[in-house]
Amino acid sequence: MLAELFEYKFIVNSLLAGILASISCGIIGTYIVTRRMVFLSGGITHASFGGIGIGYYFGFNPVIAAAIFAVFSALGIEFLSKKTDVREDSVIGILWSLGMAIGIIFVFITPGYAPNLMTYLFGSILTVSTLDIILMAIVSVVIILIFIFFYHTILFVAYDQEFAQTHKLPVNFINNLLISLVALTIVLNIKVVGIILVISLLTIPQSIANLFTNEFKNIIIISIVIGLIGALMGLLISYQINIPSGASIIFSLVIFFILAKMFQIIKHKILLKINA
Amino acid sequence: MKKLVELKSVYAGYNDEVILTDVSLDIYDNDFIGIIGPNGGGKTTLLKVILGLIKPYKGTVKFYTNDTHKRNKIGYLPQFNKIDQKFPIKVIDIVLSGLIFGNKLFFKYSKSDYTKACDTLKRIGISNLKDYPVGALSGGQLQKVLLARALISSPRLLILDEPNTYVDNQFEGELYKILEELNNEMAIIIVSHDIGTIASYIKTIACVNRSLHYHKSNKITEAQLASYNCPIKLITHGEVPHTVLSKHNH
Ligand SMILES: Nc1ncnc2c1ncn2[C@@H]1O[C@H](COP(=O)(O)OP(=O)(O)OP(=O)(O)O)[C@@H](O)[C@H]1O
Ligand SMILES: [Mg+2]
Repeated sequence: MLAELFEYKFIVNSLLAGILASISCGIIGTYIVTRRMVFLSGGITHASFGGIGIGYYFGFNPVIAAAIFAVFSALGIEFLSKKTDVREDSVIGILWSLGMAIGIIFVFITPGYAPNLMTYLFGSILTVSTLDIILMAIVSVVIILIFIFFYHTILFVAYDQEFAQTHKLPVNFINNLLISLVALTIVLNIKVVGIILVISLLTIPQSIANLFTNEFKNIIIISIVIGLIGALMGLLISYQINIPSGASIIFSLVIFFILAKMFQIIKHKILLKINA
Repeated sequence: MKKLVELKSVYAGYNDEVILTDVSLDIYDNDFIGIIGPNGGGKTTLLKVILGLIKPYKGTVKFYTNDTHKRNKIGYLPQFNKIDQKFPIKVIDIVLSGLIFGNKLFFKYSKSDYTKACDTLKRIGISNLKDYPVGALSGGQLQKVLLARALISSPRLLILDEPNTYVDNQFEGELYKILEELNNEMAIIIVSHDIGTIASYIKTIACVNRSLHYHKSNKITEAQLASYNCPIKLITHGEVPHTVLSKHNH
């Protein structure tokens, strides 16, 4: 029966999407979590809905429109919170709702019915197109290369910006580059799990990994593996009982998290008994 | 004696508010300057100006070093570490990061870098912490790790903003010994509220209270401090030779 499944192009596409999602989210999610940018990422995610609405209205690819919109929102947040004395979380809050509002307006004034709007809100890995896959692949490769070659610089700037600045490192460039990659990763994974759930793809694997390791590099690797298992399991569940893939993937990941936490607690108890 | 840094009539502060007025200071390669002054006087601000973290509103900051490519100019130990204690990084990697400098994106550590990091940890007496995650450190231990990070590149100028804040008395003593040794290779600027303890190690005293008064000796009286607009109590501790500090002489 599995062989039959693989004949369908959309199954292959969704598998590829799952693999690419775990890679990009594994790496970028680690950056987001360790730099405590989860709220910022939530803001970028929702702001990108503005791009989707504009894409719908003007009739070009909503994913590409959202990508452009998200990158500019991300750089905007970075700029406004650095150069003005507005609080960063307030800036995020404003752009978060502004993006959503723009999206709602444009979707509303678009003539006719917006057929895959639900896809963007709740995600559907089965509707991922070949173009989506190509974009995801490009971004994943770029992220991998940047993290391999610039690893020490990225880690150093992420750990202590001010010190990196005194060492004349290109701190602003690194920050802008990384926040753009965060925005791109978010937008390209919206198709997979949806706007509402994408943030969990960037945080749950990392939270699980963080239970077992305290090193940046290892969190990335473990997150990718966990994300991959979660994506495959979620895909299977989604296909079997016909529910949106986003929900089933996140559900699988949360179950992994609970299992991992229980494993850790039991391990601690056993260790305590042995030592006693 | 070679001049390292020159501040000329510097005005600096935050958000258009002037904190430091008309500060001029020359730092030479074998200086050991103790900076004192009341809370909020602008000590940290002055260091940030020297470090290039704050651009002065007026005046100039000049560096006189020609070997910038081989040697990092400044090593810095910040006063408050705003650093995230939960960041997933090991002690050895923090120390190694002190070797990364310059406007580049790609860095690779060599074997000798790694050896250097181990030696620096040994010098500070925390070799045992090498593979600890930063989250498992106490405040004082982290302070020592950050000191190792500031030292590893053998900078021309070492800037320490209240390095004794979290550490125990025993290490404080060791720290000043280490600094005395290091002073043969580099200039040192240290901020401290405990002038009594540092007086015998430093060579000159800078009083910072919105402006700077440079006292080219390590002996100072309360009267002089008052005239510098720097009302600091001179409290000496047990082991410090009392000759260093002369009390108010009526
Ligand atoms: N980031 C900042 N933004 C705005 N004002 C600041 C900032 N940092 C410091 N200040 C102000 O500048 C003044 C000098 O601060 P600074 O930190 O230089 O003092 P300090 O001498 O180091 O004091 P302390 O002994 O408490 O460390 C203070 O009045 C402070 O309120
Ligand atoms: Mg200070």
